[in-house]
Amino acid sequence: MTEKLPYEIVVGLEVHVQLGTTTKLFCNCSTEFGAPPNTQVCPVCLGHPGALPVMNEKAVELAIQTGLALNCDIASFTKWDRKNYFYPDLPKGYQISQFDQPICGPGYLDFEDPESPGDMLRVRLIRAHLEEDAGKSMHDEAAGKADSKIDLNRTGTPLLEIVSEPDIKSAAAARAYLTELRLLLTYLGVSDCNMQEGSLRADANVNLHIDQDGEKIATPIVEVKNLNSFRAVERALAYEVQRQWDDWQRTGKTIQDAPKRTFGWDDAKGVTIPQREKEDSADYRYFPDPDLVPLRISSEQIEAAKSMLGESPQAIRSRLQEAQGLKPYDADVIVSQGRGVVEYFDQVVASGGDPKRASSWVQQEVLRVLNEQGQDISQVAVGPERLAELIAAIDSGELDTSKGKEVFQYLLDNVEASVQQAKDALGIKAVDQGELESLCRELLGENQKVVDQFKDGNTKALGALIGAAKKKNPNADPRQVREICQRIIEQEL
Amino acid sequence: MALSKHDVAGVAHLARLQFAESELDQFTDQLGKIVSFVEKLNEVETDGIEPMSHPLDVETVVRADSLQSSLGREQALQNAPNADGEFFLVPPVLG
Amino acid sequence: MNILELSATQIAKKIAAGETSSAEVTEFFLQRIESIDSQVAAYTSVNASALEQARAVDEKIQAGELSSPLAGVPVAIKDVLCTPDMPTTCGSQMLKKFEAPYTATSVHKLLGAGMIVLGKTNMDEFAMGGSTETSVFGATRNPWDLNLTAGGSSGGSAAALAAGLAPITIGSDTGGSVRQPAAFCGVCGLKPTYGRISRYGLVAFASSLDQVGCFAHHVEDLAALMELISGHDPRDSTSLNAEVPEFSKAIDESLAGLKVGIIREHIENSALDSEILGAVEKARASLQELGAEIVEVKLPHTEYSVPAYYVVAPCEASGNLSRYDGVHYGYRQLGESGADASSAPLDRMIAASRSEGFGAEVKRRIMLGTFALSSGYYDAYYKKALRVRRLIAEDYKSAFEKVDLLLGPTTPTLPYGLGEKLDDPVQMYLGDLFTVGANLAGLPGLSIPAGFAANGLPLAVQLQGPALGEGKLMAAASKLQGAGFFAPKIASV
Ligand SMILES: [Mg+2]
Ligand SMILES: [Zn+2]
Repeated sequence: MTEKLPYEIVVGLEVHVQLGTTTKLFCNCSTEFGAPPNTQVCPVCLGHPGALPVMNEKAVELAIQTGLALNCDIASFTKWDRKNYFYPDLPKGYQISQFDQPICGPGYLDFEDPESPGDMLRVRLIRAHLEEDAGKSMHDEAAGKADSKIDLNRTGTPLLEIVSEPDIKSAAAARAYLTELRLLLTYLGVSDCNMQEGSLRADANVNLHIDQDGEKIATPIVEVKNLNSFRAVERALAYEVQRQWDDWQRTGKTIQDAPKRTFGWDDAKGVTIPQREKEDSADYRYFPDPDLVPLRISSEQIEAAKSMLGESPQAIRSRLQEAQGLKPYDADVIVSQGRGVVEYFDQVVASGGDPKRASSWVQQEVLRVLNEQGQDISQVAVGPERLAELIAAIDSGELDTSKGKEVFQYLLDNVEASVQQAKDALGIKAVDQGELESLCRELLGENQKVVDQFKDGNTKALGALIGAAKKKNPNADPRQVREICQRIIEQEL
Repeated sequence: MALSKHDVAGVAHLARLQFAESELDQFTDQLGKIVSFVEKLNEVETDGIEPMSHPLDVETVVRADSLQSSLGREQALQNAPNADGEFFLVPPVLG
Repeated sequence: MNILELSATQIAKKIAAGETSSAEVTEFFLQRIESIDSQVAAYTSVNASALEQARAVDEKIQAGELSSPLAGVPVAIKDVLCTPDMPTTCGSQMLKKFEAPYTATSVHKLLGAGMIVLGKTNMDEFAMGGSTETSVFGATRNPWDLNLTAGGSSGGSAAALAAGLAPITIGSDTGGSVRQPAAFCGVCGLKPTYGRISRYGLVAFASSLDQVGCFAHHVEDLAALMELISGHDPRDSTSLNAEVPEFSKAIDESLAGLKVGIIREHIENSALDSEILGAVEKARASLQELGAEIVEVKLPHTEYSVPAYYVVAPCEASGNLSRYDGVHYGYRQLGESGADASSAPLDRMIAASRSEGFGAEVKRRIMLGTFALSSGYYDAYYKKALRVRRLIAEDYKSAFEKVDLLLGPTTPTLPYGLGEKLDDPVQMYLGDLFTVGANLAGLPGLSIPAGFAANGLPLAVQLQGPALGEGKLMAAASKLQGAGFFAPKIASV
């Protein structure tokens, strides 16, 4: 925040992440997105009489990995509870969730402060628990008169609900937190975090702490739901903060005067709207699900999960800065491209490519190819060893940057080719000194005007000769041409 | 504790049950009797006794994350009070 | 050959030997159902393809493709287990038209062993009751006196057996629902250890108490059926992973040196009918003659078992029955906008469907459970009951450190008149005094006929055993059955 606000923004986020299992949390139905309605359902996820849930071990593994990566305590003993409420996309009339013994206890996530680059922010996490997703209800938004349609394909999909402390102090920080969280989850491979498909959903609890002559007054807490893009999170929070501030100034209502309310974010209108309260949300009557037995997690399991984690995005950022001397910005661009690009970069460097050059080649040429051809890094025709070879050739002066790009393009089109073969094919060869020397004398002879201008102190004048030199010999290195001409004029003419 | 008619009406709403006035009186009376009957439990000293929600001490029952064929949609919708061949249909959620 | 004089296992032997056929036996029972069941009302539906299935089984048996101790034997199944070919109604308006798209594991097993399902038997609605009067199909009558209750909730299965409308039947027992009707109808009824038989496909009443149970005239039949349908089921997280003993052999073991405890709190209970007490005394004497040692044991928390049960069971039921909301299956009633004009059509539909789809006793228990779980009462009622439950289980534990089996009454009273206790829930509940303990502790219990009272009504005694002690239970029962007055008898309707 640049100008000092008369209030402090207080935001806690609840993030529902869909875990990347093949089957649902308690039955063997597919979790694949986009299947025709009600085709991925069975007696268990339809909540049929007599059907019983059995826990998916993979969902537990993924939850443990995520918890560890978020610095959470992993419970050695956890259990399942029923959260009771009636809704047509909740076929059993209760959601199987975790109430008082979540699989992941307190933890935290560190990320860069978007308002002061270089500084880190920490958001403390209260808990993360496993639960089953509900189905989808499609309402007649227009008139609200037609029947609602229910699709239960999503019912029972495993979710991990990650609940933060109200440590987030701005809309930008909320976005930065979610960005880092999503990056971490994709690095772990526990979720595809596809927000369009609802694999990552955020709800925000928002209120303001207003300073009024020394004492702090809290506004009523509002939970803003269905935030399904990072932009939506940022916009919704900005809007809601202003709304609460205006509301406070108008009504003076404090947290004591009003219970927590639920608002929805209307992305089109760009406003938060009070939602029809889920009936009796106050009283979910949680109790242990007698159809499921408790879950004990051994230290061996936790160690096994630890070994699966790999290097975190934040660890990689620091490594690229400290070990490879990259600028924070460059390190971040590479890291935010995902683990694949980081590994590619590491291999380029390992194969002898200068880190800084490698960084700029990856950021410019390689990412350009990825974007243009919508490719995955593993598919890029120029492998890390080749790129290292190319970078070495440039370092040694064998190639200038523009030639280097020609070679890179050639290598893209000719997967098998080496840098040398590319150079030959493109007719690029180093011109020997004698040849270049006479070329320059020839040029100077033909361009007395340039010589004079140079002597008058207009060093730029030589530029005119470069193009001419290239016409006579495409392989002439502009840098060398310039040096030689300058020497000849100064020493001989 | 004595259950008031108002208490019972509240519980009925939680349970999504609706009662005619006369039924509500009857339920208030019967539930009151049952509740005071089960309050006999208060005679028992249970400090430090772990609640027993399962009769057996079985733990950690899991299944592999492997796909099995689901019901066909026809079967899934076969018992539906109202469906359109694709979706379950319910009356509007909004008033 | 009088089929009614044969045990189920004897019938199977004669079918295997070709002395009769499954079709012949099935037809025999179908005809009896046709002619007599109008008076007993034991069945909710009859399997239209039973005969056809019997013929198919006969072919397999003759081809030597099928041999099991009960191959070809007809069986009746409580309408609380999901079956093919017939609706699964739980005696409720709510499920009157419900056709389960899958088959319960226990039913699947007995079909696989070549048993023929004659039909589904009547029960108290959702197994909540002790008199099989709350069924939407009307009351089942006691074959020994059609004006009296057959007991419940598995009254249909007990009455069908007693009236010779099936040679063997299956029920479920949550608080005595197999043992009490067995006692009232003069047949054997076994409630196995919790987790011994899969609950998959058993429509849940109270998940931590429900267990599939068996009815037969002859203990050898119980043993054969138990061998068939017991065992671990990966679809039921609460099913025990214990191997299934050869019960048919176990029942031949001698009782010499067996230690049997008489439950003081049961036999000294003021509510206990004197003739039933007499039957227990006779059983004690016979067991002594058979070589068992009799000692007196205490179950100090007996008087709290019914109150604990009537908190735990309704709490679990209130959750289990939330799935009946008129949305995905079952009864739907839209409800008039007059009822609650403020509410949305969806809410009106759900409330109207549940209020009309459920009967009074089911609603009472849903209300009771919802209340006991609601905020402010959870600890005082639900948690308290679970603590007392542990004390009750510990009573059994210490008892079985001293003895192998427990002997006592099954019910405090003889069968009573239809309608007698319908309006006095608490009186009805007290009928479970001697049976709920085994459910709360998850232990096996077996009710066996003990002759007849002066008024000609059946008497019974109950044996209870430690976890997985069904073998011992049945061994003692079969020896007692050998002793004169315990001989099986079929009521002449
Ligand atoms: Mg949640
Ligand atoms: Zn499923």
